[in-house]
Amino acid sequence: MIKAPILIQDGVPQAVSLSERVHWIGALDPNLRTFDIILKTANGTSYNAYLVQGSDGFAVIDTVKESFADDFFARLESVARYEQITVIVLNHLEPDHTGALPELMRRAPQARLYISQKAQTMLKALLKQTELEFTTVLSGDSVSLGDRSLQFLHTPYLHWPDTQCTYLPEEYTLFSGDVFGCHFCDSRLFNDEVGDFRFSFEYYYAHIMRPFKEYVNHALDLIEPLLPLQTIAPAHGPLLRDRPQRYVKRYRELSQTTLLNETSGGEKTLLIFYISSYGNTRRMAEAIYEGAMAIEQVRVSLYDLEGSEIEPFVDLIEGADGIIFGTPTINGDAVKPVWDLLSSLAVINLKSKLGGVFGSYGWTGEAVRMVEDRLRGLKLRVPIPGLRIKLIPTDEELELCLAFGRELAQELVGLRQSKIIDMADLA
Amino acid sequence: MAKATITFEDINVTVSAPAGTRIIEISEKVGSGITYGCREGDCGTCIMKVTEGWNNLTEPSVLEDKILRENMAGKHNRLACQAQVLGGVIKVKPV
Repeated sequence: MIKAPILIQDGVPQAVSLSERVHWIGALDPNLRTFDIILKTANGTSYNAYLVQGSDGFAVIDTVKESFADDFFARLESVARYEQITVIVLNHLEPDHTGALPELMRRAPQARLYISQKAQTMLKALLKQTELEFTTVLSGDSVSLGDRSLQFLHTPYLHWPDTQCTYLPEEYTLFSGDVFGCHFCDSRLFNDEVGDFRFSFEYYYAHIMRPFKEYVNHALDLIEPLLPLQTIAPAHGPLLRDRPQRYVKRYRELSQTTLLNETSGGEKTLLIFYISSYGNTRRMAEAIYEGAMAIEQVRVSLYDLEGSEIEPFVDLIEGADGIIFGTPTINGDAVKPVWDLLSSLAVINLKSKLGGVFGSYGWTGEAVRMVEDRLRGLKLRVPIPGLRIKLIPTDEELELCLAFGRELAQELVGLRQSKIIDMADLA
Repeated sequence: MAKATITFEDINVTVSAPAGTRIIEISEKVGSGITYGCREGDCGTCIMKVTEGWNNLTEPSVLEDKILRENMAGKHNRLACQAQVLGGVIKVKPV
């Protein structure tokens, strides 16, 4: 049986050593079940903070949620005196990592604060202090602690604009912030000792990192040259000292396209989703589908939202170049299955995908405009005004649908004619 | 009144707009992929790239400059919610 590290002795929280000079000074939160509203956790989480002891000064890397500050300070005091702290690094400014910062700065006023460039405005907003002293850092910057040093890696949007990683080269240890983290609470702390956290690791990636795959890949470009690492020390969950390379590799795998790409070179994918109560929006969908199919190099797919769970559609949309939604208007609104899908897309990156909306309506027809606004809110581009048809589409109106599909498909492959619009003609 | 023609390269749409119009007002109407957060020059979400006609836009204010710097924007970047068209030809695209 593996002996758990001693986290508390005689009622006093103790630091746990990763090495002679590196210590975990974080806190465990086993009772947490919902994190940040969006994430579930079946056994809580940990707020990992670390102390690095150099010959010329000590560094504190991240802190904890405010309500756990007592544990953090007790653990810190078990391995350092406040006057020994010369450096405070914040890899990420979310309150679960900065809750103890104001008090730490009060207790160690001589320490210099190191944050990423993009963290500046957040720090000011978080601490509500105007007279703050700090140093902003980018990749290539470092700070010396004597016989230990910290190098900074600029890894924005993992998962906030401010996020960065900090590397301790003398010990091949990466303090990765939320990257490689998960919400999993186990007092055995280390990945070779804790319970099975594989699901938590994957779940955390899927909800926190997946929307930023592009940035994950950029970050991995910076992290992979550091391999082999001895330890990855994330800000949540188990400390990865046993074969940490696996987790870097897994992040690379997860950051590739979710579904195998079936298209050939240069081909674009256009997905049409619709739902229809009396078949009118369906007839529009079929005509739009037919119109889009006429354009070469566009692979078009047609889906009835009634026929699937949401999750597979989210995967499809992640890999698609264009998405068209068809919805009737019922009681002045788009219908729930459409909103359900549209509210499930926060976990993927939609920026600059092509969007379009259509639908049949009875008397008001607000749904199309509402969904268009939502698509723009999700950062899609919606260059062609939505198509609304009152009740049953006539042959002429179906021609409009064909043209709508054709035009969207042309837009996707860059064949749409440019035109000059007068501002006064824009609605 | 002087007019500018502004092209949103991501959607290949060109709009003729009166001098003084903010790019946000045009881009949202035509559905360009430039995205907006606070809409008041504070968050940096709407950073765009100006590919042509930099001098056909109003000069960035001190506040806009600050936000661009904090977001490590490139030298051809502006905030679409702040930049106003002056005249001539302008081409922009999302970053």
